[in-house]
Amino acid sequence: MSDDNILSQRFEIRGGDFSNAGKASTSIKEILQEIGIDPSIIIRASIASYEAEMNVVMYAQRGSLTLNITPEKLHFKLEDDGPGIENIELAMKEGFSTATDKMREMGFGAGMGLPNIKKNADKFEIFSRPGQGTSLDITFFLNETE
Amino acid sequence: MSQYFHSIRIDPEKCNGRMKCMRICPTQAIRVRDGKAVIIEEKCIDCGECITVCPHNAIIPLTDPFGESARFRHTVVLPSPALYAQFGREILPEKILSGMKKLGFDDTYDLAYTCGEVSFAIQEYLREYKGPKPLISNVCPTVVRLIQVKYPALIDQVIPINTPRELAAREIKRNKSKTLGLREEDIGTFYLTPCPVKMISIRQPAEKGKSHIDGAIAISDIYGPLLSAMEDIENRSCQEALKNICILGIGWAMVGGICRTLRLKNSLAVSGLSEILKVFNDMERGRLKNIDFIEAYSCHQGCVGGSLTVENLYMSYNKILKLVETLEFEQIKACPDIREVRKLYKENYFFIEGKLEPRPLKPLDKDLTKAIKKRKEKEDIHESLPKIDCGACGAPTCLAFAEDVVKGEAELTDCIFKLPQKFTELSQELLELLKKSASARAIKFNIKETPDKKD
Repeated sequence: MSDDNILSQRFEIRGGDFSNAGKASTSIKEILQEIGIDPSIIIRASIASYEAEMNVVMYAQRGSLTLNITPEKLHFKLEDDGPGIENIELAMKEGFSTATDKMREMGFGAGMGLPNIKKNADKFEIFSRPGQGTSLDITFFLNETE
Repeated sequence: MSQYFHSIRIDPEKCNGRMKCMRICPTQAIRVRDGKAVIIEEKCIDCGECITVCPHNAIIPLTDPFGESARFRHTVVLPSPALYAQFGREILPEKILSGMKKLGFDDTYDLAYTCGEVSFAIQEYLREYKGPKPLISNVCPTVVRLIQVKYPALIDQVIPINTPRELAAREIKRNKSKTLGLREEDIGTFYLTPCPVKMISIRQPAEKGKSHIDGAIAISDIYGPLLSAMEDIENRSCQEALKNICILGIGWAMVGGICRTLRLKNSLAVSGLSEILKVFNDMERGRLKNIDFIEAYSCHQGCVGGSLTVENLYMSYNKILKLVETLEFEQIKACPDIREVRKLYKENYFFIEGKLEPRPLKPLDKDLTKAIKKRKEKEDIHESLPKIDCGACGAPTCLAFAEDVVKGEAELTDCIFKLPQKFTELSQELLELLKKSASARAIKFNIKETPDKKD
């Protein structure tokens, strides 16, 4: 496929920067609306990108969200330098959270983040090791046949 | 014919191209072309922000002129409760309604009562509703349009209960036609409006139904005549004058009024478009946990802040608040009978007559592959621009300009920063041409000279 058919954009995310949290997902939503992605996919993608962005803000020093769109699929790649996840299976359970009290006070850390991303995405992959950060691959298919 | 009706029009004679409207427009729906402001119809949500900032009064709200009522055999005026906030504290709703009658309307109708009925209907709907929350009030047509255009995913959370003005107008036409023996179309219902957007909800209801209101008159147009009409009407004692006023309905004029009078604890009352955007963004992300109901108005402080009102919006907010407090204190309960409302609710009396559909903006291209390509072009163009949003090109921001160029609605050289670059390119080209022509001349000269040199 020629490069012309891929729209890529990278957003840097700063850990702990709650006042700017959510800006990447807002920009992404606007891009998706501009190119005319189906509204039902936009809402799922917005929730997934927001949850993923918030995870970086909450647990890592820095990270990035890279958006790749082709006529076939929409893909988010998240990478962060956070503490990593010891037990991925446990982290994927609804209600499990390692959030601090401060995060909970702000309404985060209900243990719904990762399961919510998985629920909304068409394909979801997570790679993480303690001390080595976390990376997520989140995919949405744009053609209904897939 | 254009697809969308709008409640504002720009008068090109008066427009001086000062760009104040272009800069304030929250949906970037205004461009300045050839020194005149133009509206991009698909983007405009009729908030009326542009009317207030125009230094030349070139943006005209398309309300009906006062006195338009002659074609009807019987006329009824329904003032928005925001009208009650336009005069001093001692002037109570009853006096204002009497004043309206003196201005030539056959009858007046206090909308606060229907607002009260609708408050109860909303309460019923909230109680029965099992879908995703929070629900959003549809009282402000700008907010409804904002959702249709920018937040189509939230559309099912807009309460499908009709607005008080529509319900009241329908009821008036039905009842009056019976008691007066007239046809419904002979009865003119006029809404006294605090903002121009109500005009579009009458001419082109968002849910594609039919409006029962025949015209909308600006509060600011009737303010002067009404003030003099009220001069010789005596003030009655407070209790006497307020005994028929529905507390549930009075609150509709100010932000938070519905929540307060219904005692909805898990609710948000939001006013001002920039604030609404923040709340809706959070809502889309699922951040509004435990909230059942959102009351949102595009104008600050609610309808009392509409662009067609006269009184300072903080003063009028305070007047409504004071009225609500007085009614609470005096324990005046001139509200509709809730059992009656429940009965009507079950008969679907309160529901909107059509269905609210999303109205998303046109994408850069219908074809996804082309749209992606254009989005990349837009990004590249934007990168090459100064990003100072000077507006000299006629677009509110460099990003909006980049989009206009990609859509073929503007030329890159409309950017004054691109002009010197274009000059450099052109002069370079010119220089090349000059060089070429110079050498051509030299050759020509040589050819001529050659025979002489032979000697």
